[in-house]
Amino acid sequence: MSPIGVDEWVARSGERRDDGSGWRKLLARADARVGWWQRLALVTLVGLVAGQLLSNVNVQTVAFNSLLYALLALGLNIAVGWAGLLDLGYIAFFGFGAYGYAVFSSTALGSDGSGGAHLAAIESIPIVVVAAGVFGVIIGLIALRLSGDYLAIVTLFVGQAFMEVVNNVDPGTLGGVNGLFGLDPLHSFGGRVESPLGFYYLALILVVVLAGILHLLDTSRTGRAWRALRDDELAASAMTVPVNKLKVMAFSFGAMVGALGGTVFAAEQTSVFPTNFTENILILIYACLVLGGVGSIAGAILGGLVVTIGEQMLSSPHDAGYLFYGLILIALVTRIRPWRKLAVVLGGVVGFGFAAHAIVGAISSAAVAGSPGSGGFIGSAVGDYVIVPGNPATYGNILYVVLICALIVVVRLHGTRRLLAVIPTVYIAACCWESRLIVNPAITTQIMIGAILIVTMAARPEGLLGKRRVETVL
Amino acid sequence: MAPLLELDRLSLSFGGLRALSELDLHVDENEIVSVIGPNGAGKSTVFNVITGIYEPTEGDVRLSGETIAGKRPYKITGLGIARTFQSLRLFLNMSVKENVKSATYGNTKATPVESILRLPRARREEREVNALAEEVLSFFGQRLMGYRWDQPAYVLSYANRRRLEIARALATRPRLLLLDEPAAGMNPKETHEITELIGRLRDERGLAILVIEHDMHVVEGISDRVIALDHGVKIAEGSYELVAKHPAVIEAYLGRDPEALAEA
Repeated sequence: MSPIGVDEWVARSGERRDDGSGWRKLLARADARVGWWQRLALVTLVGLVAGQLLSNVNVQTVAFNSLLYALLALGLNIAVGWAGLLDLGYIAFFGFGAYGYAVFSSTALGSDGSGGAHLAAIESIPIVVVAAGVFGVIIGLIALRLSGDYLAIVTLFVGQAFMEVVNNVDPGTLGGVNGLFGLDPLHSFGGRVESPLGFYYLALILVVVLAGILHLLDTSRTGRAWRALRDDELAASAMTVPVNKLKVMAFSFGAMVGALGGTVFAAEQTSVFPTNFTENILILIYACLVLGGVGSIAGAILGGLVVTIGEQMLSSPHDAGYLFYGLILIALVTRIRPWRKLAVVLGGVVGFGFAAHAIVGAISSAAVAGSPGSGGFIGSAVGDYVIVPGNPATYGNILYVVLICALIVVVRLHGTRRLLAVIPTVYIAACCWESRLIVNPAITTQIMIGAILIVTMAARPEGLLGKRRVETVL
Repeated sequence: MAPLLELDRLSLSFGGLRALSELDLHVDENEIVSVIGPNGAGKSTVFNVITGIYEPTEGDVRLSGETIAGKRPYKITGLGIARTFQSLRLFLNMSVKENVKSATYGNTKATPVESILRLPRARREEREVNALAEEVLSFFGQRLMGYRWDQPAYVLSYANRRRLEIARALATRPRLLLLDEPAAGMNPKETHEITELIGRLRDERGLAILVIEHDMHVVEGISDRVIALDHGVKIAEGSYELVAKHPAVIEAYLGRDPEALAEA
């Protein structure tokens, strides 16, 4: 008989390796050669250089916020990404940290608006983070018997309960609906962090150090045990993993990171309000994690940057236009192959637009009387292209519905038909954008973030940097 | 001396349903015992009681004379009983090597802080765990070696998943191994191979093995003793030849009076 375990397929695997070609091959090779701490050093370097280039205070604040969301996403990833516990109460840990810092850095603990703890950050932040760890243990113990949807619902109430507590319990200390403001600047050892740039660098250091710590944890026995229990709780417990202990640990560690983010947030804002900790913020943190890739450290950081910067760009009408048209162009260029077809589609979009504009203009000049919502370069470029009537509100609303229908049709079609359907759809999108969407940036921001999330997740369900996952069939 | 594993008048009820009743069973050191029986006889339930997934309604489970009934699964595995699952419960999104390494959690001690700082104990344990993982994976020849180490478990073939389940169980350093249908879904050559491997597990590693198997060639090839179950009751016990010819076993598999049925 043949010897045991001989497997030609495995033995000759080297001959079948296919790394692709061209830049993909180079990228794959570089990816395999560069170690984790080298990547981290690179990120640090890029972050420091970017800090030098950020001259505008508003931009510095956005940069700080993006790193803050990266930090929060890293913490959320511990329970959600690794241990597989759908924790919707994470916002309570964030708020706990922020309020903890605020109480220790203001007159809250004094009497009649004077006195108070006024601790240095080197004292208050460790106290708050450790206390959050204990808070996480308590929440973890409550959550032990629950999993999946049930866990999600119960933890959602934890977040709500936190809001109610800070709103209603002891307004003298926690400030009630008015929150706590006029906090001390972040100070320790005689040094202070006050400027947005200072906070940016602080957040950069925290994110880099935390990413390193989490990587080391992920590749340790604890990280393996978390991922094992995420995949199959029963099998994990049959393989010597104390499941309950690890679940509580995941909640506790996540709580500590969330609270750390909270302290930095409160220090930067020098105030805390109950409305800083609503479900909207929770959803945004989840968006960072999901977009970046659940379970991936680099993904959580990238998600934080993309979502925060994206949101900022979208809320400015000028940047939003570039983002909108840029994304459409990128989507067309990356999805349509070969180049010949792409040229046909792009030419079709341009030709279709001018033809439609000319025909509608000939029928009724009032229908094209309006000017596009975009100003500047985009406005002048599309001025004679999109159809915008004098009073575009109702027309824009109808067009918005038509756009959604057109998108559904595009998704349902295949092959040449889809390509043909893309042409009017892009044109409708442009008309809708210029007549309606750009006019209300606040609402459009939300719609666009949702649309970008949907498109990204449809194209890459595992997120930008995540790994493909299969669900265990039980 | 007490046997390695002993089930003493073990009963298990789910509500009104009696899944196991007054079952006596023992496995000695270095012994391979097979459990056979028709579907629904309670074979896997026996495994679930031994490993602590179910708590017995009555009776006792003892490992080297000490009661383990009622202990948590991870504690029982830590005491030296490892198992595989009939329905394959690998950590599908983890790599082959990580699957094995994750089963060493109970035999390692480094705290998260030690792991993060890579302190000496964490580094030493990690080296040992790596060596152990490579050793148990090498047990299957080349099949789970080389580039397979870093592949996620979900890309493995069905037979390789069964092998990985065994490797993962071995990584817990068991004294007693419970194999739930190790040859299910394997072709005749692979079945032959697994039969040989089970024998080697006992001879080279000194393991006692309790195995559930439907393939009678495997049962015949490996068993020191065979136990037949039906409706949660032990209906026969002894050598393969004895049990295979036992009227109660034939009745359990084929129904009463096979000649009469054959004539009809």
